[in-house]
Amino acid sequence: MAVEFDGGVVIGADSRTTTGAYIANRVTDKLTRITDHIYCCRSGSAADTQAIADIVAYQLSFYEMELEEPPSVKTAASVFREFCYSYRDSLTAGIICAGWDKRDGGQVYCIPLGGMLVRQPFTIGGSGSTYVYGFVDANYKPDFDKEACVNFVSNTLALAMSRDGSSGGVIRLGIITKDGIERRVIKGKEVPRFFEG
Amino acid sequence: MERTLQPITTGTSVLGVKFDGGVVIAADTLGSYGSLARFRQCQRLMKVNDNIILGAGGDYADYQFLTSVIERKVIDEECLGDGFNLKPKSLYSWLTRVLYNRRSRFDPLWSTYVVGGLQDDDVFLGYVDKLGTAFEAPTIATGYGAYIAQPLLRDHWEKNKGKQTVEEARNLILSCLRILFYRDARSLDKYQIATVTKDGVTIEGPLVLDTSWDIADVIRGYE
Repeated sequence: MAVEFDGGVVIGADSRTTTGAYIANRVTDKLTRITDHIYCCRSGSAADTQAIADIVAYQLSFYEMELEEPPSVKTAASVFREFCYSYRDSLTAGIICAGWDKRDGGQVYCIPLGGMLVRQPFTIGGSGSTYVYGFVDANYKPDFDKEACVNFVSNTLALAMSRDGSSGGVIRLGIITKDGIERRVIKGKEVPRFFEG
Repeated sequence: MERTLQPITTGTSVLGVKFDGGVVIAADTLGSYGSLARFRQCQRLMKVNDNIILGAGGDYADYQFLTSVIERKVIDEECLGDGFNLKPKSLYSWLTRVLYNRRSRFDPLWSTYVVGGLQDDDVFLGYVDKLGTAFEAPTIATGYGAYIAQPLLRDHWEKNKGKQTVEEARNLILSCLRILFYRDARSLDKYQIATVTKDGVTIEGPLVLDTSWDIADVIRGYE
């Protein structure tokens, strides 16, 4: 998931990759760098999303060289959309593109399965997200500051990880501002706990 | 024609291992509804009587059905008052017949059972599944446990030449449960563990597993 705040975005993901019910990787990093100020959250097929992210990062590094300025988050999201829409019948990729740029500050763009593109104040994705739509709708406030965003993301992910079998492991967070990314890991006893009946 | 087509609420692995003087059985306390971790306080271990413990994986409703039948059996025997108690091998035999007959009617009880107990100073540990497949072994693991835990259980058993204390057996089971929690996407870190010795049956739990996620700090990206 990703949430905008004044000055940047907070992105977060769990760390579980599964092949059926086997956990192939329990410490996955699903927050992938596109540029220093633009990251993406990958859900769906790991192979598809890694391939797309590699291509988008490559294309944007060229773009940056040509324009001699960092690309905007909107541009990055647009490149993602171009790919995900053109090859929509061959891909299973749910991508959240989020970051910071000078023009529009923190932005979150959602590119779900069919390849549409929409900007949202916050968005959730992946199999575990279905269990937390109620929670995020009830608890989101538009005036969250950085730490409030971090708590919102941590709590949401913890709830999803505790109910969804395909989600789990540790919570990986990224806080992207004009100064780049600050990464955090919440693991073990630090992961928020709720009703466990 | 009425027949069971698929399991709905399911339990994952059950582990069992013999030690000097008894047997230990363990299972986590999760009832999964597909990929949803729906019931997180599901008891999957049962004390049948002072000599027998039973653990189950697979469909939970079928387990509840058999549990109530077994409880009635035990009460009926108490009512007879002839001093005779159900023995582990008898229960194991009976379970095999019931499951095989249901399978032969194409209406299986879609669960896997691990029976552990003491009979005339002999330690018993057996496995019965929905096909009516039944066997005894010093170490037993069902579900994902069969792939992940069984090699560890057998290695330990062979190294110790079949002799281990209850603490060693317990620790072995706990380390297997931990690895299963790391690797089985339908598992939980809460579990029950049951022990049978000549002093009777104790079922501990729900307890929580200690886990380590320190390696997560080392990973960045995917290359």
